Amino acid sequence: MVIPRIRPGVALGLAVCVLLLLAALAPGLFSGTGPDAANPADTLLPPGSAHWMGTDENGRDVYSRVVHGARPSLLIGLAASALALAAGTLVGVLAAQGGRTVDRIAGRLLDVLLSIPGVLLVLLVVAVLGTGTGNLVAGLALVTLPGYARLVRAEVLRVRGTGYVEAATVLGWSRLQVVLRHVVPNAVGPLVALATVGVGGMIVTGSALSFLGLGPQPPTAEWGAMLAGSGDYVQVAWWTAVFPGAAITLTVLAVSAVGQWLQDRAEGRVAR
Amino acid sequence: MIGGALRRLGSAVLVLWGAVTVAFLALHLTSGDPVDLLTGLRGTSDGLREEITREYGLDRPLPVQYLTFLGHVLRGDLGDSYVLHLPVRTAIGQQLGPTLQLLGATVLVTVALAVPAALLTAGRPRWVRTPVALLEGLGVAVPAFWLGTLLLALFSFRLRWFPALGAPGLDGLVLPALALAAGPAAVITRVLRRGLERTLDEPFVTTARARGVGEAAVRLRHALRHGLLPVTTLVGWLTGSLIGGAVVIESVFSRQGLGTLAVTAVRNKDLPLVIGIVLVAGLVYTVVNTAVDLSYRLVDPRLRTSES
Amino acid sequence: MSTETRPGTADPRTEPAPPVVEVRGLHVSFPGPRGPVTAVRGLSLTVGAGESVALVGESGSGKSVTARTLVGLAGPGARTTAELFRIDGHDAGALSDRRWRPLRGRRIGFVLQDALVSLDPLRRVGDEIAEALHAHRTVPRAEVPARVLTLLAEAGVPEPGLRARQFPHQLSGGLRQRALIASALAADPALLIADEPTTALDVTVQAQILELLAERRRAGRALLLISHDLAVVARVADRVLVMKDGEVVEQGPTAEVLAEPRHPYTRQLLAAVPRPRARGTRLSGPRAGSALPRPRTGERVVLRAEGLGKSFAVPGHAPLAAVRDVSLTLREGRTLGIVGESGSGKSTTGRLLLGLAAPDTGSVEVDGQSWQGLRGARRRALHRRIQVVHQDPLSSFDPRYPVARIIAEPLAATGVPRRARAGRVAELMAQVGLGPELLHRRPRELSGGQRQRVAIARALAPRPRIVVLDEPVAALDVSVQAQVLDLLAELRAELGVAYVFVSHDLGVVRHVADEVLVMKDGEVVESGDIAEVLTAPRHPYTRQLLDAVPHLDGPNPGKVR
Repeated sequence: MVIPRIRPGVALGLAVCVLLLLAALAPGLFSGTGPDAANPADTLLPPGSAHWMGTDENGRDVYSRVVHGARPSLLIGLAASALALAAGTLVGVLAAQGGRTVDRIAGRLLDVLLSIPGVLLVLLVVAVLGTGTGNLVAGLALVTLPGYARLVRAEVLRVRGTGYVEAATVLGWSRLQVVLRHVVPNAVGPLVALATVGVGGMIVTGSALSFLGLGPQPPTAEWGAMLAGSGDYVQVAWWTAVFPGAAITLTVLAVSAVGQWLQDRAEGRVAR
Repeated sequence: MIGGALRRLGSAVLVLWGAVTVAFLALHLTSGDPVDLLTGLRGTSDGLREEITREYGLDRPLPVQYLTFLGHVLRGDLGDSYVLHLPVRTAIGQQLGPTLQLLGATVLVTVALAVPAALLTAGRPRWVRTPVALLEGLGVAVPAFWLGTLLLALFSFRLRWFPALGAPGLDGLVLPALALAAGPAAVITRVLRRGLERTLDEPFVTTARARGVGEAAVRLRHALRHGLLPVTTLVGWLTGSLIGGAVVIESVFSRQGLGTLAVTAVRNKDLPLVIGIVLVAGLVYTVVNTAVDLSYRLVDPRLRTSES
Repeated sequence: MSTETRPGTADPRTEPAPPVVEVRGLHVSFPGPRGPVTAVRGLSLTVGAGESVALVGESGSGKSVTARTLVGLAGPGARTTAELFRIDGHDAGALSDRRWRPLRGRRIGFVLQDALVSLDPLRRVGDEIAEALHAHRTVPRAEVPARVLTLLAEAGVPEPGLRARQFPHQLSGGLRQRALIASALAADPALLIADEPTTALDVTVQAQILELLAERRRAGRALLLISHDLAVVARVADRVLVMKDGEVVEQGPTAEVLAEPRHPYTRQLLAAVPRPRARGTRLSGPRAGSALPRPRTGERVVLRAEGLGKSFAVPGHAPLAAVRDVSLTLREGRTLGIVGESGSGKSTTGRLLLGLAAPDTGSVEVDGQSWQGLRGARRRALHRRIQVVHQDPLSSFDPRYPVARIIAEPLAATGVPRRARAGRVAELMAQVGLGPELLHRRPRELSGGQRQRVAIARALAPRPRIVVLDEPVAALDVSVQAQVLDLLAELRAELGVAYVFVSHDLGVVRHVADEVLVMKDGEVVESGDIAEVLTAPRHPYTRQLLDAVPHLDGPNPGKVR
């Protein structure tokens, strides 16, 4: 096994991801104050020694809210990715293995889902099911599912057509053994990598919908919702907008650096 | 060639039909009485309920309702918005203009940023590429609505270079288009450069150089077309993400448009309006995608011949 | 080693005109992860006007880099130095890209390797040729279209008017190569460099392209031919340079070098070519030329096929018959060669024999047992009796597996206990001549020859009666090909395994096969004992194939005793 050299960018990305996970699991490690601890006397304070990201319009500590915001943001991204991954794999494998009719029907259904722009599809889901984190996750998963299902289908077909799967048949494996030993492990690699990159996109879209007021409801400390709240004060208190947005950007950068690295590895394995 | 084009058109029609069906299912297969959904937050006097029930044929069997719905949609009748007291079609028509302006401006900005950036950096030394690559990484990661907020704070509120919220006209388009274009421009630069670099390594490019053709001609005449092929496959994604992005950006800049209309409709549970907007967006997406697919065949002769 | 000391015998003229290309002490290196990698070291080469020179070497010898350096296209990051580098007597050592341009195509035409992908697939063939004319403005703009047609016609392209309007993918491989040559010759360069102009082409087409190049030599224009194949070179070149690891190890008039090779490497290369008289002897190593162990053959039929037919659905067309009425018999320990060009149905036949595809008509019996109706464990058991080795072994290995696991796979599939596997794997590795240090490598980290050995070891692991070898040496260099052919012969003698040897190369089949099947368009046109078929071919197609095999023996042009 050759141990791949890790580039500094990837290492940084991994480190940020670990910090984010810690913040999501145990925000207390980073911030002593609660996200909702409001001090009406200290509204819209600029960054300083007491509040080094300043305070918002209700006198809540922005730093504490950014730290606590990691949990809902990551939760939305990860849960939606996991859901999309599971459903996408299921649909993709069914389409690839289930014969022509199943493949056609699945393909058309995915086309229909793809034809509705992502944000609008989430809006539709939320309009039908109502606002809230769970419905937002369902909507995001529905948006991402077609891409994953397509990839799984294509990968299964590609791997099934490769020389080594045919070789495995000649070597005397049964069909199920060939699928388990060769097709699935080789088909899933690229998907996991793509899904990692996808988590970043989910976080952005999720926060955008929170920003529109269609995700976790106030006073939940969620980065998108915090940005929405900052809208009216951005002229006088830039910090209320800058830090939550920077948190999203940093998260996406870190997650995509790691995902890109996984993807390169997966592709390197396939290409050469 | 013609057969392929017809097949493509046929599948586009199928997709649209599917989208309409999804809309119908959204109306009917959700929990609760569809009449509640259709009336939304409006007071539900018995008279109104009855009127809606009759108008939508909710008292008839589901397949009949489905066919009726299909018929309405085919005639362009998307029902009425009970919040706005307008036919959905009119409401959308009023807001379509500003959104199309925004989308058009964004596409222009995207192309103007991405194509030169890719052409100038493809196959160049590391010190030329790295700064651009960093910008691309940032462009992909920055949420458009946050970028919009920052641009607004900096250029409108502080420097006063551009008009602030809700301004009509060209000046008001610059900042939202920039905010919306950053992500797509970054992605397209990346894909286009990768395509160019792959092409510049191809034997036929070396052959062209061995004929004595200059670098600019090699890039423009040979490499660019090949580099654009992978980009065209992104057009679908681009259309979707621009329409979705417009929803958010219009809110940030308090612009008029379909996005703002959609968000308001969702907040008000104005389901006919939401469905109308979703269908219009699906139509735009499908038309653009079909057009691109068909033009793909024109660009790449290998797809034109029946035997390959 | 300087070329001036040994003037080409085929160029008796002693004009004072400067040579088209004159290079002395050429070094080319590329940046690598562990410091620069030298591709060419100290090469000297002169091509006079009207001379035909060949540069011969295997992959990695630096021959293609040399060719590209001569038109200033060594590649990104290449560092080129030379004591002397002149084109038409003018110094070209320090030319900028802008100064190179008027020389490319105008003084030196260049036909790249990979004929099939060297024309822009998005542009019409005629436009590609016109591009060279526009770049150098050798003809007035208005006359360009007419000139394009003349060029195509001169390159032997029939219906030039139609072809010029077509796209590259609409042309056959041979026509594409002709069009490419036409585009390289468009601005009438003094020298044409052709890098492997016949690889990837069918044998019969190869012969035609070589004839086209030979014609140019007869017309008195200079030619620099780059090839891995001494036999190809023998047909066209007056003078040959043999390259190994970036250096020229031997050079001289073609006939002389072929008849009396002085350098051990040249001798090794020549010995590796499977000539008719080398049958039954080794092609590689210090014992090249010595007799191979005699195969153990028997009369028992291990593989029989009767009236095989298979067609594939083509959208918008009538079903394409890939294989029609193919029958064959293979006895214990013998080798059956299946020869044909691309599209002849030889690979499909291989798949039918392996039970990977079901024939539409006819049947295949392995060891007396038919594939038909065989399912489950019994089918899998039969699979183990007939194994396969592919042309591209890499694609037949799971990319996640190291060598040890690849070879052990058939053992695991037969339920051999984990402990017993390691011993058998070690035994197989030794049999195919691979060192135990390779056990934990991944296939990507192996050379082409090593990969093919792994594929052979894996095929032998379940102790099959038959191995189908599908173009097993087509992707290998001549000397590696020789090693693999020797290995196959040894294994056959040692294990008594029978081979079905599928190949496009009649020369190789002649070397290994006892019987032969010649296929064309899905049908067997001729079959029988190899010696009989090759000495007295009855079908014109067999004769054509035989004529097209470039040979070192015989009257053309150097006699090798």
